[in-house]
Amino acid sequence: MPEGLADIATIVLTGIGLVFFLAGTVGLIRFPDVFSRLHALTKADNLGLGFIVLGAGFQADDWTQLAKLGLIWALALLAAGTVAQLVARAALRQEGRE
Amino acid sequence: MTLALDLGLDLAFGALILATALAAVAGQGLFRAVVFFITYGLLLALVWARLGAYDVALAEGVIGAGLTGVLLLMAQGRLRRADALADPPARGKLAAALAGASVTAALVWAWFTLPLPQRIDLDAPMAASGVENPVTAVLLNFRAWDTLLESIVLLAALVGLWMLARDAEWRAPLGPGFHARAGGVLSVFGRLLPPVGLIYGVWLVWAGADQTGGAFQGGTVLAAVILVAMMAGLARAPRVGAPAWHAALAFGPGVFLLAGIAMIAVGGGFLTLPPEFAKPVTVTIEAALTLSIAVTLALLVVGPPEQQNGGGT
Repeated sequence: MPEGLADIATIVLTGIGLVFFLAGTVGLIRFPDVFSRLHALTKADNLGLGFIVLGAGFQADDWTQLAKLGLIWALALLAAGTVAQLVARAALRQEGRE
Repeated sequence: MTLALDLGLDLAFGALILATALAAVAGQGLFRAVVFFITYGLLLALVWARLGAYDVALAEGVIGAGLTGVLLLMAQGRLRRADALADPPARGKLAAALAGASVTAALVWAWFTLPLPQRIDLDAPMAASGVENPVTAVLLNFRAWDTLLESIVLLAALVGLWMLARDAEWRAPLGPGFHARAGGVLSVFGRLLPPVGLIYGVWLVWAGADQTGGAFQGGTVLAAVILVAMMAGLARAPRVGAPAWHAALAFGPGVFLLAGIAMIAVGGGFLTLPPEFAKPVTVTIEAALTLSIAVTLALLVVGPPEQQNGGGT
Protein backbone atom coordinates (compact mmCIF):
# COMPACT_ATOMS: atom_id res chain seq x y z
CA MET A 1 0.00 0.00 0.00
CA PRO A 2 1.34 3.45 -0.81
CA GLU A 3 2.72 5.26 2.21
CA GLY A 4 3.58 8.90 1.76
CA LEU A 5 4.50 10.98 -1.22
CA ALA A 6 7.57 8.99 -2.28
CA ASP A 7 5.55 5.83 -2.91
CA ILE A 8 2.86 7.73 -4.80
CA ALA A 9 5.54 9.41 -6.93
CA THR A 10 7.07 6.00 -7.66
CA ILE A 11 3.74 4.51 -8.70
CA VAL A 12 2.81 7.45 -10.91
CA LEU A 13 6.22 7.80 -12.60
CA THR A 14 6.71 4.06 -13.12
CA GLY A 15 3.18 3.91 -14.52
CA ILE A 16 3.98 6.65 -17.04
CA GLY A 17 7.15 4.75 -17.95
CA LEU A 18 5.13 1.60 -18.60
CA VAL A 19 2.77 3.54 -20.90
CA PHE A 20 5.79 4.58 -22.99
CA PHE A 21 7.00 0.99 -23.15
CA LEU A 22 3.54 -0.15 -24.21
CA ALA A 23 3.38 2.54 -26.90
CA GLY A 24 6.88 1.59 -28.10
CA THR A 25 5.92 -2.06 -28.32
CA VAL A 26 2.72 -1.30 -30.24
CA GLY A 27 4.78 0.88 -32.60
CA LEU A 28 7.35 -1.87 -33.06
CA ILE A 29 4.66 -4.32 -34.05
CA ARG A 30 2.37 -2.03 -36.06
CA PHE A 31 4.67 0.39 -37.94
CA PRO A 32 5.34 -0.45 -41.57
CA ASP A 33 9.14 -0.26 -42.04
CA VAL A 34 12.44 -0.50 -40.18
CA PHE A 35 12.90 3.25 -39.80
CA SER A 36 9.55 4.10 -38.27
CA ARG A 37 9.78 1.02 -36.04
CA LEU A 38 13.18 2.22 -34.82
CA HIS A 39 11.70 5.66 -34.21
CA ALA A 40 8.92 4.17 -32.06
CA LEU A 41 11.24 1.85 -30.21
CA THR A 42 14.09 4.18 -29.28
CA LYS A 43 12.04 7.25 -28.40
CA ALA A 44 9.58 5.29 -26.30
CA ASP A 45 12.20 3.10 -24.66
CA ASN A 46 14.43 5.98 -23.68
CA LEU A 47 11.59 8.00 -22.18
CA GLY A 48 9.98 4.91 -20.65
CA LEU A 49 13.20 3.83 -18.97
CA GLY A 50 13.78 7.42 -17.88
CA PHE A 51 10.42 7.56 -16.09
CA ILE A 52 11.00 4.14 -14.50
CA VAL A 53 14.44 5.23 -13.30
CA LEU A 54 12.90 8.43 -11.90
CA GLY A 55 10.24 6.38 -10.17
CA ALA A 56 12.76 3.94 -8.74
CA GLY A 57 14.87 6.91 -7.66
CA PHE A 58 12.19 7.85 -5.12
CA GLN A 59 12.88 4.52 -3.37
CA ALA A 60 16.68 5.01 -3.23
CA ASP A 61 18.28 4.99 0.23
CA ASP A 62 21.18 7.29 -0.56
CA TRP A 63 22.78 9.23 -3.38
CA THR A 64 25.00 6.33 -4.53
CA GLN A 65 21.90 4.35 -5.50
CA LEU A 66 20.55 7.40 -7.31
CA ALA A 67 23.85 7.75 -9.14
CA LYS A 68 23.80 4.10 -10.18
CA LEU A 69 20.22 4.42 -11.46
CA GLY A 70 21.25 7.52 -13.39
CA LEU A 71 24.24 5.70 -14.87
CA ILE A 72 22.02 2.81 -15.98
CA TRP A 73 19.75 5.24 -17.79
CA ALA A 74 22.67 7.09 -19.38
CA LEU A 75 24.27 3.85 -20.61
CA ALA A 76 20.96 2.53 -21.94
CA LEU A 77 20.43 5.85 -23.80
CA LEU A 78 23.91 5.67 -25.29
CA ALA A 79 23.53 2.04 -26.34
CA ALA A 80 19.99 2.47 -27.71
CA GLY A 81 20.96 5.56 -29.69
CA THR A 82 24.03 3.91 -31.17
CA VAL A 83 22.25 0.67 -32.00
CA ALA A 84 19.38 2.56 -33.66
CA GLN A 85 21.87 4.36 -35.94
CA LEU A 86 23.63 1.10 -36.80
CA VAL A 87 20.41 -0.77 -37.53
CA ALA A 88 19.19 2.11 -39.70
CA ARG A 89 22.49 2.14 -41.62
CA ALA A 90 22.34 -1.61 -42.16
CA ALA A 91 18.74 -1.28 -43.39
CA LEU A 92 19.75 1.54 -45.77
CA ARG A 93 22.58 -0.57 -47.13
CA GLN A 94 20.25 -3.50 -47.65
CA GLU A 95 17.90 -1.29 -49.67
CA GLY A 96 20.89 -0.17 -51.70
CA ARG A 97 20.33 3.49 -50.83
CA GLU A 98 23.87 4.03 -49.57
CA MET B 1 -1.82 -8.89 -1.62
CA THR B 2 1.97 -9.04 -1.98
CA LEU B 3 1.78 -12.85 -1.97
CA ALA B 4 -0.69 -12.82 -4.85
CA LEU B 5 1.50 -10.28 -6.70
CA ASP B 6 4.58 -12.43 -6.17
CA LEU B 7 2.80 -15.52 -7.39
CA GLY B 8 1.45 -13.66 -10.41
CA LEU B 9 4.93 -12.37 -11.26
CA ASP B 10 6.47 -15.83 -10.89
CA LEU B 11 3.78 -17.38 -13.08
CA ALA B 12 4.30 -14.66 -15.69
CA PHE B 13 8.07 -15.27 -15.68
CA GLY B 14 7.54 -19.03 -15.95
CA ALA B 15 5.18 -18.63 -18.90
CA LEU B 16 7.48 -16.12 -20.63
CA ILE B 17 10.53 -18.37 -20.20
CA LEU B 18 8.67 -21.39 -21.60
CA ALA B 19 7.36 -19.30 -24.50
CA THR B 20 10.77 -17.83 -25.41
CA ALA B 21 12.43 -21.26 -25.07
CA LEU B 22 9.85 -22.74 -27.40
CA ALA B 23 10.21 -19.84 -29.84
CA ALA B 24 14.00 -20.33 -29.83
CA VAL B 25 13.90 -24.02 -30.76
CA ALA B 26 10.74 -24.25 -32.83
CA GLY B 27 10.01 -22.24 -35.94
CA GLN B 28 12.13 -21.12 -38.86
CA GLY B 29 15.10 -18.82 -39.12
CA LEU B 30 18.42 -18.89 -37.31
CA PHE B 31 18.52 -15.16 -36.53
CA ARG B 32 15.07 -15.28 -34.92
CA ALA B 33 16.12 -18.31 -32.86
CA VAL B 34 19.22 -16.51 -31.57
CA VAL B 35 17.23 -13.41 -30.63
CA PHE B 36 14.77 -15.53 -28.67
CA PHE B 37 17.66 -17.40 -27.04
CA ILE B 38 19.09 -14.10 -25.78
CA THR B 39 15.68 -12.98 -24.49
CA TYR B 40 15.33 -16.35 -22.77
CA GLY B 41 18.72 -15.89 -21.06
CA LEU B 42 17.83 -12.41 -19.83
CA LEU B 43 14.51 -13.64 -18.40
CA LEU B 44 16.36 -16.50 -16.71
CA ALA B 45 18.79 -14.00 -15.17
CA LEU B 46 15.84 -12.03 -13.76
CA VAL B 47 14.43 -15.21 -12.22
CA TRP B 48 17.79 -16.11 -10.63
CA ALA B 49 17.89 -12.60 -9.17
CA ARG B 50 14.36 -13.06 -7.81
CA LEU B 51 15.55 -16.28 -6.14
CA GLY B 52 18.36 -14.32 -4.47
CA ALA B 53 21.11 -16.08 -6.45
CA TYR B 54 22.73 -12.82 -7.61
CA ASP B 55 26.04 -14.41 -8.66
CA VAL B 56 24.22 -16.90 -10.88
CA ALA B 57 21.96 -14.14 -12.21
CA LEU B 58 24.96 -12.04 -13.19
CA ALA B 59 26.72 -15.02 -14.78
CA GLU B 60 23.58 -15.99 -16.73
CA GLY B 61 23.07 -12.40 -17.86
CA VAL B 62 26.60 -11.66 -19.04
CA ILE B 63 27.73 -15.13 -20.16
CA GLY B 64 24.55 -17.14 -20.85
CA ALA B 65 22.63 -14.40 -22.62
CA GLY B 66 25.26 -11.80 -23.54
CA LEU B 67 28.39 -13.65 -24.56
CA THR B 68 26.75 -16.82 -25.87
CA GLY B 69 24.25 -14.65 -27.72
CA VAL B 70 27.02 -12.69 -29.43
CA LEU B 71 28.87 -15.94 -30.24
CA LEU B 72 25.73 -17.30 -31.90
CA LEU B 73 25.15 -14.03 -33.79
CA MET B 74 28.73 -14.08 -35.08
CA ALA B 75 28.26 -17.71 -36.15
CA GLN B 76 25.03 -16.72 -37.90
CA GLY B 77 26.87 -13.93 -39.72
CA ARG B 78 29.57 -16.39 -40.82
CA LEU B 79 26.96 -18.80 -42.14
CA ARG B 80 25.25 -15.94 -43.99
CA ARG B 81 28.51 -14.90 -45.63
CA ALA B 82 29.08 -18.52 -46.65
CA ASP B 83 25.50 -18.74 -48.03
CA ALA B 84 24.78 -21.66 -45.71
CA LEU B 85 21.83 -20.23 -43.79
CA ALA B 86 19.28 -22.83 -44.92
CA ASP B 87 17.25 -24.45 -42.15
CA PRO B 88 18.24 -28.03 -41.37
CA PRO B 89 16.01 -30.77 -42.82
CA ALA B 90 12.97 -31.70 -40.71
CA ARG B 91 14.46 -35.12 -39.92
CA GLY B 92 17.43 -33.50 -38.13
CA LYS B 93 15.04 -31.34 -36.15
CA LEU B 94 13.07 -34.37 -35.04
CA ALA B 95 16.25 -36.06 -33.78
CA ALA B 96 17.25 -32.89 -31.92
CA ALA B 97 13.77 -32.59 -30.40
CA LEU B 98 13.92 -36.24 -29.25
CA ALA B 99 17.37 -35.72 -27.72
CA GLY B 100 16.20 -32.54 -25.98
CA ALA B 101 13.06 -34.22 -24.67
CA SER B 102 15.13 -37.15 -23.33
CA VAL B 103 17.45 -34.79 -21.44
CA THR B 104 14.43 -33.01 -19.98
CA ALA B 105 12.87 -36.34 -18.95
CA ALA B 106 16.14 -37.45 -17.33
CA LEU B 107 16.35 -34.17 -15.41
CA VAL B 108 12.76 -34.49 -14.21
CA TRP B 109 13.49 -38.06 -13.11
CA ALA B 110 16.65 -36.93 -11.28
CA TRP B 111 14.74 -34.08 -9.61
CA PHE B 112 12.18 -36.46 -8.14
CA THR B 113 14.50 -39.38 -7.25
CA LEU B 114 17.63 -37.74 -5.89
CA PRO B 115 17.51 -36.87 -2.18
CA LEU B 116 17.48 -33.20 -1.28
CA PRO B 117 21.02 -32.10 -0.43
CA GLN B 118 21.79 -31.64 3.24
CA ARG B 119 22.32 -28.03 4.22
CA ILE B 120 26.09 -27.72 4.56
CA ASP B 121 27.39 -25.62 7.42
CA LEU B 122 29.77 -23.20 5.73
CA ASP B 123 30.57 -21.03 8.77
CA ALA B 124 33.84 -22.71 9.77
CA PRO B 125 35.27 -23.15 6.26
CA MET B 126 34.17 -19.61 5.29
CA ALA B 127 36.15 -18.18 8.20
CA ALA B 128 39.27 -19.90 6.87
CA SER B 129 38.67 -18.95 3.22
CA GLY B 130 39.76 -15.32 3.56
CA VAL B 131 36.80 -14.01 1.53
CA GLU B 132 33.20 -13.12 2.37
CA ASN B 133 31.38 -14.23 -0.78
CA PRO B 134 30.67 -17.98 -0.44
CA VAL B 135 30.49 -18.37 -4.23
CA THR B 136 34.03 -17.00 -4.61
CA ALA B 137 35.24 -19.22 -1.75
CA VAL B 138 33.79 -22.30 -3.46
CA LEU B 139 35.14 -21.39 -6.91
CA LEU B 140 38.69 -20.42 -5.96
CA ASN B 141 39.31 -22.28 -2.71
CA PHE B 142 37.11 -25.26 -1.87
CA ARG B 143 36.68 -26.42 -5.48
CA ALA B 144 39.73 -24.75 -7.04
CA TRP B 145 40.43 -27.86 -9.13
CA ASP B 146 37.18 -27.37 -11.06
CA THR B 147 37.90 -23.73 -11.76
CA LEU B 148 41.49 -24.43 -12.82
CA LEU B 149 40.30 -27.03 -15.30
CA GLU B 150 37.53 -24.69 -16.51
CA SER B 151 40.07 -22.00 -17.30
CA ILE B 152 42.10 -24.55 -19.28
CA VAL B 153 38.97 -25.76 -21.10
CA LEU B 154 38.33 -22.18 -22.25
CA LEU B 155 41.84 -22.05 -23.68
CA ALA B 156 41.34 -25.42 -25.38
CA ALA B 157 38.08 -24.13 -26.91
CA LEU B 158 39.92 -21.17 -28.42
CA VAL B 159 42.67 -23.40 -29.83
CA GLY B 160 39.98 -25.69 -31.26
CA LEU B 161 38.30 -22.68 -32.90
CA TRP B 162 41.57 -21.51 -34.46
CA MET B 163 42.09 -25.00 -35.88
CA LEU B 164 38.99 -24.42 -38.01
CA ALA B 165 40.84 -21.75 -40.00
CA ARG B 166 41.75 -22.54 -43.60
CA ASP B 167 45.47 -22.84 -44.37
CA ALA B 168 45.33 -19.90 -46.75
CA GLU B 169 43.79 -17.68 -44.06
CA TRP B 170 46.04 -18.75 -41.18
CA ARG B 171 48.18 -15.59 -41.37
CA ALA B 172 45.19 -13.23 -41.71
CA PRO B 173 44.03 -11.22 -38.70
CA LEU B 174 41.46 -12.96 -36.51
CA GLY B 175 37.79 -12.44 -37.23
CA PRO B 176 35.70 -11.16 -40.12
CA GLY B 177 37.30 -7.70 -40.13
CA PHE B 178 35.48 -4.85 -38.44
CA HIS B 179 34.85 -1.59 -40.23
CA ALA B 180 33.75 1.60 -38.54
CA ARG B 181 33.52 5.02 -40.22
CA ALA B 182 35.98 7.43 -38.63
CA GLY B 183 33.92 9.86 -36.54
CA GLY B 184 30.75 7.79 -36.99
CA VAL B 185 28.42 6.69 -34.19
CA LEU B 186 30.23 3.42 -33.63
CA SER B 187 33.65 5.00 -33.20
CA VAL B 188 32.17 7.52 -30.76
CA PHE B 189 30.45 4.69 -28.87
CA GLY B 190 33.74 2.78 -28.85
CA ARG B 191 35.40 5.73 -27.15
CA LEU B 192 32.68 6.38 -24.58
CA LEU B 193 31.94 2.86 -23.40
CA PRO B 194 35.37 1.28 -22.65
CA PRO B 195 36.28 3.57 -19.70
CA VAL B 196 32.98 2.78 -17.97
CA GLY B 197 33.29 -0.91 -18.85
CA LEU B 198 36.87 -1.10 -17.56
CA ILE B 199 35.92 0.37 -14.20
CA TYR B 200 32.82 -1.82 -13.92
CA GLY B 201 34.66 -5.01 -14.92
CA VAL B 202 37.54 -4.47 -12.51
CA TRP B 203 35.11 -3.50 -9.75
CA LEU B 204 33.06 -6.68 -10.32
CA VAL B 205 36.21 -8.77 -9.77
CA TRP B 206 37.39 -6.80 -6.77
CA ALA B 207 33.95 -6.73 -5.15
CA GLY B 208 33.58 -10.44 -5.94
CA ALA B 209 35.70 -11.35 -2.92
CA ASP B 210 33.05 -10.07 -0.54
CA GLN B 211 29.85 -9.53 -2.54
CA THR B 212 28.27 -10.51 -5.82
CA GLY B 213 30.75 -10.69 -8.69
CA GLY B 214 33.88 -12.54 -9.64
CA ALA B 215 36.45 -13.33 -12.30
CA PHE B 216 34.00 -14.80 -14.83
CA GLN B 217 31.47 -11.97 -14.64
CA GLY B 218 34.12 -9.23 -14.54
CA GLY B 219 36.14 -10.96 -17.26
CA THR B 220 33.11 -11.06 -19.54
CA VAL B 221 32.50 -7.33 -19.08
CA LEU B 222 36.15 -6.69 -19.95
CA ALA B 223 35.82 -9.00 -22.98
CA ALA B 224 32.94 -6.79 -24.12
CA VAL B 225 35.21 -3.74 -23.73
CA ILE B 226 37.86 -5.39 -25.94
CA LEU B 227 35.19 -6.29 -28.53
CA VAL B 228 33.67 -2.80 -28.59
CA ALA B 229 37.15 -1.32 -29.02
CA MET B 230 37.84 -3.69 -31.93
CA MET B 231 34.48 -3.09 -33.60
CA ALA B 232 34.96 0.66 -33.30
CA GLY B 233 38.35 0.36 -34.97
CA LEU B 234 40.32 1.45 -31.88
CA ALA B 235 42.10 -1.86 -31.50
CA ARG B 236 43.14 -4.12 -34.34
CA ALA B 237 42.31 -7.84 -34.18
CA PRO B 238 45.59 -9.73 -33.61
CA ARG B 239 46.94 -12.58 -35.72
CA VAL B 240 47.41 -16.10 -34.38
CA GLY B 241 50.82 -16.08 -32.75
CA ALA B 242 50.88 -12.48 -31.49
CA PRO B 243 53.13 -12.90 -28.41
CA ALA B 244 51.44 -10.36 -26.12
CA TRP B 245 48.00 -11.87 -26.75
CA HIS B 246 49.30 -15.40 -26.20
CA ALA B 247 50.87 -14.33 -22.92
CA ALA B 248 47.55 -12.82 -21.83
CA LEU B 249 45.74 -16.05 -22.77
CA ALA B 250 48.06 -18.28 -20.73
CA PHE B 251 48.60 -15.89 -17.82
CA GLY B 252 45.53 -16.86 -15.75
CA PRO B 253 45.81 -20.66 -15.92
CA GLY B 254 49.59 -20.27 -15.47
CA VAL B 255 49.33 -18.18 -12.33
CA PHE B 256 46.61 -20.53 -11.05
CA LEU B 257 48.85 -23.60 -11.56
CA LEU B 258 51.92 -21.92 -10.04
CA ALA B 259 49.90 -20.73 -7.04
CA GLY B 260 48.60 -24.29 -6.60
CA ILE B 261 52.14 -25.68 -6.65
CA ALA B 262 53.39 -22.93 -4.33
CA MET B 263 50.77 -24.04 -1.78
CA ILE B 264 52.58 -27.41 -1.54
CA ALA B 265 55.76 -25.55 -0.64
CA VAL B 266 54.11 -23.57 2.18
CA GLY B 267 52.68 -26.71 3.71
CA GLY B 268 49.16 -26.95 2.31
CA GLY B 269 48.80 -29.28 -0.64
CA PHE B 270 48.21 -28.72 -4.35
CA LEU B 271 45.61 -25.93 -4.48
CA THR B 272 44.98 -26.24 -0.72
CA LEU B 273 45.05 -22.68 0.57
CA PRO B 274 46.26 -22.29 4.18
CA PRO B 275 44.05 -19.70 5.93
CA GLU B 276 46.86 -17.20 6.50
CA PHE B 277 47.52 -16.89 2.73
CA ALA B 278 43.96 -17.50 1.55
CA LYS B 279 42.93 -13.91 0.83
CA PRO B 280 46.02 -12.67 -1.08
CA VAL B 281 46.32 -15.91 -3.07
CA THR B 282 42.60 -15.90 -3.96
CA VAL B 283 42.73 -12.29 -5.10
CA THR B 284 45.92 -12.87 -7.12
CA ILE B 285 44.45 -15.89 -8.90
CA GLU B 286 41.21 -13.99 -9.59
CA ALA B 287 43.03 -11.00 -11.05
CA ALA B 288 45.19 -13.19 -13.31
CA LEU B 289 42.19 -15.31 -14.34
CA THR B 290 40.17 -12.20 -15.18
CA LEU B 291 42.73 -11.04 -17.74
CA SER B 292 42.84 -14.44 -19.43
CA ILE B 293 39.07 -14.91 -19.34
CA ALA B 294 38.56 -11.46 -20.88
CA VAL B 295 41.02 -12.07 -23.72
CA THR B 296 39.90 -15.66 -24.35
CA LEU B 297 36.21 -14.78 -24.49
CA ALA B 298 36.84 -11.77 -26.73
CA LEU B 299 38.91 -13.84 -29.17
CA LEU B 300 36.29 -16.63 -29.12
CA VAL B 301 33.72 -14.09 -30.32
CA VAL B 302 36.08 -12.59 -32.89
CA GLY B 303 36.52 -16.08 -34.32
CA PRO B 304 39.16 -17.79 -36.44
CA PRO B 305 41.29 -15.86 -38.92
CA GLU B 306 39.26 -15.04 -42.00
CA GLN B 307 40.18 -13.46 -45.33
CA GLN B 308 38.66 -10.02 -44.95
CA ASN B 309 36.33 -8.92 -47.69
CA GLY B 310 34.21 -6.32 -45.98
CA GLY B 311 32.03 -8.70 -44.02
CA GLY B 312 31.13 -6.94 -40.79
CA THR B 313 29.92 -3.42 -40.27
